Amino acid sequence: MGRAAFARRDRGRVRGGRVGVGVVALAALFVLAAAGLAGAAGAPAPSSQALVDERVREIASELRCVVCQNLSVADSPSDLAKEMRNLIREQVEQGKGRKEILEYFVSRYGEFVLLDPPKHGFSLLVWVLPFLALAIGAGGVYLVARRWAARPADAPTPADPGYLDRVRRELTEREDGTA
Amino acid sequence: MSWKKALIPLATVPVILLLAYGFWTDPRSIPSPLIRREAPNFRIAPFDGAEISLASLRGKPVIVNFWASWCFPACYEEAPLMEATWRKYKEQGLHMVGVVIQDKEPNAREFMQRFGYSFPNGPDPGSKISIDFGVYGVPETFFIDRQGRIAYKHVGALAPEVMEAQVQALLKG
Repeated sequence: MGRAAFARRDRGRVRGGRVGVGVVALAALFVLAAAGLAGAAGAPAPSSQALVDERVREIASELRCVVCQNLSVADSPSDLAKEMRNLIREQVEQGKGRKEILEYFVSRYGEFVLLDPPKHGFSLLVWVLPFLALAIGAGGVYLVARRWAARPADAPTPADPGYLDRVRRELTEREDGTA
Repeated sequence: MSWKKALIPLATVPVILLLAYGFWTDPRSIPSPLIRREAPNFRIAPFDGAEISLASLRGKPVIVNFWASWCFPACYEEAPLMEATWRKYKEQGLHMVGVVIQDKEPNAREFMQRFGYSFPNGPDPGSKISIDFGVYGVPETFFIDRQGRIAYKHVGALAPEVMEAQVQALLKG
């Protein structure tokens, strides 16, 4: 009885150990599955949230805050800029691209809303004029330098004969004195 | 004077013209790309009354006024004119909707009470209507014709003569 009882108890312990390992494994599986489901159906993983944040900031920094002086929508503390950032976030989360979102704001506020002036129409002047001015300036410098280089060197100014006589005299006196 | 000598003073002409253009234009004035285009549709829940959608007013002239109780003095200056215009022309089919920007309801209600507003006014949560209309300040007023297009946009307090001319144009159109 004792051995048999021990054996039962031992068998039971062994069985109990196997059951324990199984329960732990099942629990681990359950936790992993639950975490996976939460990730798939619930809030986006932090990395994707960070990506959305980055995208919103990137687009907002290309837009002018319309109620500020020289501030982007990304940097402005104004209420309207905050609402604009929220709207950009909504559109990013809807899967809209940068170009589409910028076009939406341009369709509402005009090209003024873009911090970088567009490279067409009257605004093209802003991009072209500095380079044009630089080219004209460089051309001017080249022409002046070429004219200076082509000019004949000035003829030597004839020395004052009285001054030359004095120099010669002093040199002779000096040589006589040292000799 | 040879043409070379005339070149230097002549070169300053485009620069002066560019500067003159810069000084002549108002840097705060932003031309709206929405003029003569279809007004963006919106739904608004007025503080008192049923929800209104702009699309449901198609075929009727509509004035959309963006305002706030914190917008002093411009909104306070034009408020009596808004209410007077509404009372004068509502029988002729004019519709008027007030969109309240970034305001607290009690303050907005106090403003409406002060000026006896009887046309529908409602909040703009998230400033979605304002951004859709390209609003960058208050007050701004949009005159929408019977075809649903924005005929005119006014930035700042409306003067009676501007209001009268624009309403007449809307009613005739």
